[in-house]
Amino acid sequence: MIVIRLEDLLYSAPLLVLTSSGLLALIAEAAGRDKPVISYYTSLIGVITSLILTFLNLGAGVPVFNNMILQGGYAAYCNLIFLSSALLSIVLSRSYLERMQYHRGEFYVLIVFATAGMMLMAAALDLTIVFLGIELMSICLYVLAGFMRKKELANEAALKYFLLGAFATGFLLYGIALIYGTSGTTNLVVISRSFAQLSGNSLFLIGCGMLIVAFSFKIAAVPFHMWAPDVYEGAPTTVTAFMSTGAKAAAFATFVAVFVRVFDIPGTALSSVLALIAAASMIVGNVTAIAQNNVKRMLAYSSIAHTGYMLSGIAAGNAEGEQGILFYLVAYTFMNIGAFGIVSWVEQQEDRKLKFDDYAGFSARQPAVAVLMSVFMFSLAGIPPFAGFFGKYYVFLAAVKADMTWLAIIGVMTSLVSVYYYLRLVVLMYFCEGESDVAAKVPLAAISAVTLAAVLVILLGIYPSLLVDMTKGFFKI
Amino acid sequence: MTLQSFLFYLLAVISVGSALLMVTRRNPVIAALYLILNFFALGGLYLTLHAQFIAFIQILVYAGAIMVLFLFVIMLLNLGDVKQLTERVSYKKIIAAGLSFALLMEMLYIFVYAPSDLPTSRFEQAATIGTVEYIGKQLYTTFLFPFEVASVLLLAAIVGAVILAKRRLN
Repeated sequence: MIVIRLEDLLYSAPLLVLTSSGLLALIAEAAGRDKPVISYYTSLIGVITSLILTFLNLGAGVPVFNNMILQGGYAAYCNLIFLSSALLSIVLSRSYLERMQYHRGEFYVLIVFATAGMMLMAAALDLTIVFLGIELMSICLYVLAGFMRKKELANEAALKYFLLGAFATGFLLYGIALIYGTSGTTNLVVISRSFAQLSGNSLFLIGCGMLIVAFSFKIAAVPFHMWAPDVYEGAPTTVTAFMSTGAKAAAFATFVAVFVRVFDIPGTALSSVLALIAAASMIVGNVTAIAQNNVKRMLAYSSIAHTGYMLSGIAAGNAEGEQGILFYLVAYTFMNIGAFGIVSWVEQQEDRKLKFDDYAGFSARQPAVAVLMSVFMFSLAGIPPFAGFFGKYYVFLAAVKADMTWLAIIGVMTSLVSVYYYLRLVVLMYFCEGESDVAAKVPLAAISAVTLAAVLVILLGIYPSLLVDMTKGFFKI
Repeated sequence: MTLQSFLFYLLAVISVGSALLMVTRRNPVIAALYLILNFFALGGLYLTLHAQFIAFIQILVYAGAIMVLFLFVIMLLNLGDVKQLTERVSYKKIIAAGLSFALLMEMLYIFVYAPSDLPTSRFEQAATIGTVEYIGKQLYTTFLFPFEVASVLLLAAIVGAVILAKRRLN
């Protein structure tokens, strides 16, 4: 029996290159003391190489390693999201960590390993890989959340995230055990073939329910969202950027991979459960965000609301919803990472300059940065012609087509609410007097990263078909 | 009585007895030691069911690693006033007692009135798939990729633990 074929290695080159670069960075860190820059460049080169290899791999998806993972196609598309998120986070982190005096090489190693975990989550064709990918990503994120060890809020964030995350893992494993027990296999392709018979089995449905709980925790959907605001606030800002984009996209990618591509949810009871979670996330996220005074907390609640929008695409379960959510993930990744990037420039040591008022009169001193921030805020609010608008348009259209008009109405109403808190920041920047400025000179690499994100947000808002056409063939296994 | 049923009854008595002793002890260290005995007896029961691998894992992971953790925590917490722990009656206890009673009744009902509803034993199948050899073979052929991923996962966990626990960063 041939265990590994050469094609397996070639198709999964993006994953292997990325993991190797993480290992190399770790060795470099151990050998060259106090030179985190080596680790920075090693991981940067790894991520960029992996990105290029992924572009070459965008064709049809191929199952590799004994049908354990899918490479190319859907997996490659998702990898582009994770790798861009990792790339931007790494670039933004260097100056931020240097300023906060926590610049350590292990930081980049953990980001790279977490990204490898995300790539596994999106590629998984087997429940064991789903589990291992989620754990690889989460364990790195627990540590990254508490990376600023001397900060009390960071410790609280790491501990809270770890304990609740371990609980979610328990749900995931029980769910997998029940699904394995009823279907006799952990392979998603095999399960998908016998889904029609299995969906009548109550133990199997309980297993699916437990998977929904575990995934909802990872995407921070109401009522499993309690950790998100505290963790997003306590973690280093660039890690929050990485968590709220890459990690969320990865959790959504597995959600779609398991519940849309394998388990045919439309029409089953699971579909209405997802619709309810989506509605609750949109309402709770948007309404609570209004009351926030800390920009990081506001963005945390806004990310809960965006989870709700994206979940309505999954709940609808039709082609528009599936393509819509994949488009939304890209749009959301760039606008959110850009916003967090700018927050990380303004922030000062000991959590200062994180309040809304610290942005008053920002445009007078930093006109260019204020324009970038406004682009991200308008896009997050879903105002055309930015990418955020089309993301919402597709998922709400999907909900209407799936006879869930009530869900679309809740979505539009809560989006209106969200305009208030996004634009509040813009109004403060342009129409109020204040002394606000960036904390230190921002390096060119970080500026170009955020500018790139803004350009993509505008470009995808004008030509959404660039991506949407790409995603058409992704939903057949 | 065959050797097999003799072993079953012996291990069953040990595991039930040690479980009872564990919950009735006042000293947490002694309770933890009875829990170890219980784990060993359970491991023996798995062996009689031809689940070699699970038996060894039960002893290695539970009786070994997790119990060491338990004992360390108990010793670090330094529970001087044991009475305080044991003599607090709260609504939690009442709910726990109610739930345990309900579970006991369910089990009795199933065993006495509807034993035919119990799943049938797949003893022969267990004998082939429960061996260490079979699991090892699977792990290095079909599940080779997850096995390798697990190594990255463990490495990430070790790196993370060192970062968070190291005394001085620079």
